[in-house]
Amino acid sequence: MSQQESRDAYWKANLRVMAICLVIWFVVSFGFGILLADVLDNIQIFGYPLGFWFAQQGSIYTFLVLIFFYAWRMNQLDREHDVHED
Amino acid sequence: MDLQLLTYIVVGATFALYIGIAIWSRAGNTGDFYVAGKGVHPVANGMATAADWMSAASFISMAGLIAFLGYDGSVYLMGWTGGYVLLALLLAPYLRKYGKFTVPSFIADRYYSKSARIVAVICLIFISFTYVAGQMRGVGIVFSRFLEVDIVTGLLVGMGIVFVYAVLGGMKGITYTQVAQYCVLICAYTVPAVFISFQLTGNVLPQLGLGSQTVGEQVYLLDKLNQVIMDLGFGAYTDGSKAMIDVLAITLALMVGTAGLPHVIVRFFTVPKVSDARKSAGWALLFIALLYTTAPAVGAMARLNLTETIWPEGASAQALAYDERPQWFRTWEQTGLLKFEDKNNDGRVQYYNDGNAAFQRTAEARGWAGNELTVDRDIMVLANPEIARLPNWVIALVAAGGIAAALSTAAGLLLVISSAVSHDLLKSVFVPNMSDKAELLAGRIAAAFAICVAGYLGYNPPGFVAQVVAFAFGLAAASLFPVIIMGIFSTRINREGAIAGMLTGLIFTFGYILYFKGIFITPLAENVPENWLFGISPEGIGVVGMLLNFAVAFAISRVTAAPPQHIQEFIQDIRVPRGAGGAHAH
Repeated sequence: MSQQESRDAYWKANLRVMAICLVIWFVVSFGFGILLADVLDNIQIFGYPLGFWFAQQGSIYTFLVLIFFYAWRMNQLDREHDVHED
Repeated sequence: MDLQLLTYIVVGATFALYIGIAIWSRAGNTGDFYVAGKGVHPVANGMATAADWMSAASFISMAGLIAFLGYDGSVYLMGWTGGYVLLALLLAPYLRKYGKFTVPSFIADRYYSKSARIVAVICLIFISFTYVAGQMRGVGIVFSRFLEVDIVTGLLVGMGIVFVYAVLGGMKGITYTQVAQYCVLICAYTVPAVFISFQLTGNVLPQLGLGSQTVGEQVYLLDKLNQVIMDLGFGAYTDGSKAMIDVLAITLALMVGTAGLPHVIVRFFTVPKVSDARKSAGWALLFIALLYTTAPAVGAMARLNLTETIWPEGASAQALAYDERPQWFRTWEQTGLLKFEDKNNDGRVQYYNDGNAAFQRTAEARGWAGNELTVDRDIMVLANPEIARLPNWVIALVAAGGIAAALSTAAGLLLVISSAVSHDLLKSVFVPNMSDKAELLAGRIAAAFAICVAGYLGYNPPGFVAQVVAFAFGLAAASLFPVIIMGIFSTRINREGAIAGMLTGLIFTFGYILYFKGIFITPLAENVPENWLFGISPEGIGVVGMLLNFAVAFAISRVTAAPPQHIQEFIQDIRVPRGAGGAHAH
């Protein structure tokens, strides 16, 4: 595989991981936290209505997991496609 | 020991610490000054980013806003954290690979244009100055309340401290000072929250306490809060009252604005590697999340404590007698941020929602003649430990934390202003053959000048400090963010498209906010939902500006020549991590 092809494959793989993360990002914050909040509020987890929990707590935890997952997965991809540093 | 002396000691100790760090980490060259010699560990960088990002607004105002907005306050919580996902995925690694010092440099190189650089510098300076004015004001408020000096003295002390470590230390000094400031501010925020959560729910973690039952009762805290405030005619705490489209727009504008703020982006230039830039965004969000997941608990618990102080036996019994008001009530009354007006002349503090027509009859039957207590939202976090009767050292710590939050953000902003002036305007446009040493001096002079302007704005806030928060985010979302994104992910967007896009987004957003908020001029229309475009408030309009920016840039780029070959190579190069050296100037 030429260097250009390898780089294109890397970029495609990167875009795929990114798209998955962004879909989750959107669904959890805008979906669960806002659009579906009223529906989810009918479910109660301890003292939290679920929609309210997603809006004020759950979305933030999800963001954190997403960033660390992306960083970890990209490090793998960097190596697989031989574009990592040092 | 009395509160004032204790506050002096705690705040003085933190100042000594910041100055000590500044002397230890002085900047020797422009690399140190702009990007801390690119050798900052990702965890330290994450802490510094967190302190840089969490301003007086996050520390002092946010929980207070949430306390009074309830569910609607979620726009700030999600908006100001969700942006880090965009930063980590879409911007940070590529900008780090690019490796030069400033955001306008990236825009200038990617769009091969000096005009693009100048437009970017204008956006950057405007965003940063509006921000920094609010920070200095925050310093002034904390000083005047806790150290009981007047606002001018407070401002001068704050300016002096920032001057020492921002001007001497540059990015290197700022970064290590911010690490210390993060530790101060996070302790100051969480310690009272832990105390209060334990008092109310028996749970030491505020994040869990908010979902727990209150001590001695079989009722959940949030259910109780809903009940207590609904008895006073307010809407339920866990339900919103804003229109959904507006909630969506504001949240997205704050997220995108976060990712487009120059003083946040530049933090990712300071780490050694591309992989560190990705990780560092995660660390930054982790440190931010410690405060942001605590804030909703602080807000809800403060609202409950406040309401129960005013209505000790509940809304159907007697309200607090004004003569028996607690000490914190008296001290905050002196600042004018807490006001009591005895409308029905019964000597008691009737606090309720007099804007609720359906509740009007109940209120009249009880002999209430309108809400008698006005609480400035900004005092909730600062007054919280006093309301909950926590020991004096906790209150002193909160004062130090508020100052740390304001100073750390002010310093980061001043640095991007100074690098925009010395690097992007002087070095790159007007005096290309400037020496490194002269540039460093110019940077320091620009920072000193910026501090004076910030101090002046802090003393004479143009009356819109609260409004400009939305303004700065909207502008960042509508101007810088789209062109950076397109610069990385599209090979087709060219100079003409980018400049037209930036100007469209900027002018549209600026115009819309001006139209409703009337900064410098009288508003042209009343700021009410009926008048808004698509029902989107000026706070959220940056989203529409951003979409226009994208649309115009695509359209113009389609009909003009594609970017030249060397730009295509430039884009291919920033997309892969390998070959990222240290951040460099040329």
